[in-house]
Amino acid sequence: MSADAAPGLDIAAHPPGLKLRKFKGASFVFWGIVATFVGLGTLVALVSQLVHDGGHRLTLDFLGSFPSTDPAEAGILSAWVGSILVIIATAFIAVPIGVLAGTYLEEYAPKNVITSAIEIAVNNLAGVPSIIFGLLAVGLFVQAFNLGQTILTAGLTLSLLILPVVIVTTREAVRGVPQEMRQAALAIGATKWQATQDHVLPYALPGIVTGIIIGMSRAIGETAPLILIGGLTFVAFLPITRPGDSKFEVIGAVDEYGAPVTPEASESVRIAQDGVVVLPDFSEMPVKAGQVVDLPHGASVQSSATWGDAVQSWTPTHWLGSEFTVMPIQMFNWTSRPQAEFLEIAAAAGIVLLAITLLLNGLAIWLRYRLRKNINW
Amino acid sequence: MNRDFTTKRLRLGERAIELVLFVAAASAIAIIGGILYVVLSEAIKFFGQVSFLEFVTSTVWTPTFDNPSYGIAPLLSGTFMSTIVALAVAVPLGLLVAVYLSEFASSHIRELVKPTLELLAGVPTVVYGYFALLFITPLLQRLLAPFGIELPGFNLLSAGIVMGLMIIPTIASLSEDALRAVPRSMREGSAALGATRLETALRVVFPAAVSGVASAVILGMSRAVGETMIVAIAAGQQPVIVTSPTQQGATVTAFIAQVALGDIPFGTLEYSSIFAAGLALLVLTLVFNLVAFALQRRFREAY
Repeated sequence: MSADAAPGLDIAAHPPGLKLRKFKGASFVFWGIVATFVGLGTLVALVSQLVHDGGHRLTLDFLGSFPSTDPAEAGILSAWVGSILVIIATAFIAVPIGVLAGTYLEEYAPKNVITSAIEIAVNNLAGVPSIIFGLLAVGLFVQAFNLGQTILTAGLTLSLLILPVVIVTTREAVRGVPQEMRQAALAIGATKWQATQDHVLPYALPGIVTGIIIGMSRAIGETAPLILIGGLTFVAFLPITRPGDSKFEVIGAVDEYGAPVTPEASESVRIAQDGVVVLPDFSEMPVKAGQVVDLPHGASVQSSATWGDAVQSWTPTHWLGSEFTVMPIQMFNWTSRPQAEFLEIAAAAGIVLLAITLLLNGLAIWLRYRLRKNINW
Repeated sequence: MNRDFTTKRLRLGERAIELVLFVAAASAIAIIGGILYVVLSEAIKFFGQVSFLEFVTSTVWTPTFDNPSYGIAPLLSGTFMSTIVALAVAVPLGLLVAVYLSEFASSHIRELVKPTLELLAGVPTVVYGYFALLFITPLLQRLLAPFGIELPGFNLLSAGIVMGLMIIPTIASLSEDALRAVPRSMREGSAALGATRLETALRVVFPAAVSGVASAVILGMSRAVGETMIVAIAAGQQPVIVTSPTQQGATVTAFIAQVALGDIPFGTLEYSSIFAAGLALLVLTLVFNLVAFALQRRFREAY
């Protein structure tokens, strides 16, 4: 490669400018890594901002208290209980429908117009903005079916929202089961459903569970559709017990903006649950949920029922018909307030919410990873 | 005889099960139908009272005023502005990550980075909203102050930036799939002609995967257009025609959420107006999604 060798013939010689071209390649890698770290850095910044703002408010008291007008006393008890109940309702609706639908599309569906219509519907459903599901819920569940602004409505809405996720992951998991499994079962006389139920689905289960977890994590963090169906921002009762649980005496009243009110000033408030208003002269006035009353200064609102009543009237499903709040709505409400103290508890609620969703997502990723590693067909 | 009976019973059972499975799958069509029905029927009520012409041409959106005006343009301008900012962040970053992961990174790094990035997509949007309002906005205010730009506490810029960060995983992950679907032989051919890795990536692999990449970008765009909480928290609620991302403005989604936050006045024109806004949103995202799927199909057919 020296200069005195015939220059035109040396095909091993580096073409002019190669160094520059290689440098461009190397700097691209640099920028690629930078871009990757912007993504990862966002996560770090997000978590540290939340911990910095709200970490000190994250106490057991915070998890065990109801929301309050006083940010120092407010907590997310009704919010996380509400979130769990909504998720249970969501799972009970979305999982069976989603898994069955995914199985149908992969194992049974004939190639025809209806099948491709279903596939187009699933694909489009996945792209519909979540707030549109809220419009559907208001128009259909709240207005037409008259289900009210309840946990059942929320569960129905969120299950429609995550249905495409469950369907798509079920399909992928079922598709991943080798054809031989089905053939072996069919060869020894199993019917199609027996083969599916006893052989295909069990092997597809880890994949299906991954999809369900991702769907659940989406449902937990979802806010917009629940705002539309009127998830309350101030719920001072646990939907799991009947109103009037004596452990939680304050029933809570909200003003016309939905903000919680300690009825110290005279104002018109909406009562959240059945109970008794204790007037300043200690006379009592029974009130019903939803009723709007003018409360004079000094009135307090108490539940009328006792813990015993709550236990007696408990049914396995009554919570479905209860009003609710969930963690994202609680956090949103606190974020929209001007006082700094509310921002702190919003951050604390955010930490809990983020921890749950990241944990669920991490679990799903880990499951998927295990799946790829352990199964060698 | 007994065997015959069993088979028959089994067959009946099989048919019943197949029917149940079919009904579950067909629910997807019912849901889409339900969405279209609810949104359209309320929107039609709305257009019975407000002329469609006013809806698309008026530049004022004041549904709560005594003399209300219903022009969707301000809301659309907010939506487009925040989406443009989001894309300005997510497209370069997402594509850089995609090309890097697919053409340069070792499989080890890829296996590590991809799922971690996917965590970004799993963060609840209300948390992103908080982040935009209390981290990005103050940061931008400090960064922009030396240039004489005064950034209001609510602005489309920070909401858009955070939306962009949110859709990076969508764009990066789907584009990477498209890039990796390009056959190895094309890379080898390019390398044999003396191209460097980067030249191969940008001039051979990327053009070959461009429809898949475009589909990824459009899907990301569709997510940004439909995003509610980030803009509702960080972008403000003023429905004015925005010309700069440093302004505050309301998006279509933020308007719907804002109305819903009050007591929804069922049956009124204001109630119908959120469905009309929803219809605009639905049409936008459906068009994006259909284009994206058409592009996706094209790139799947190519190889």
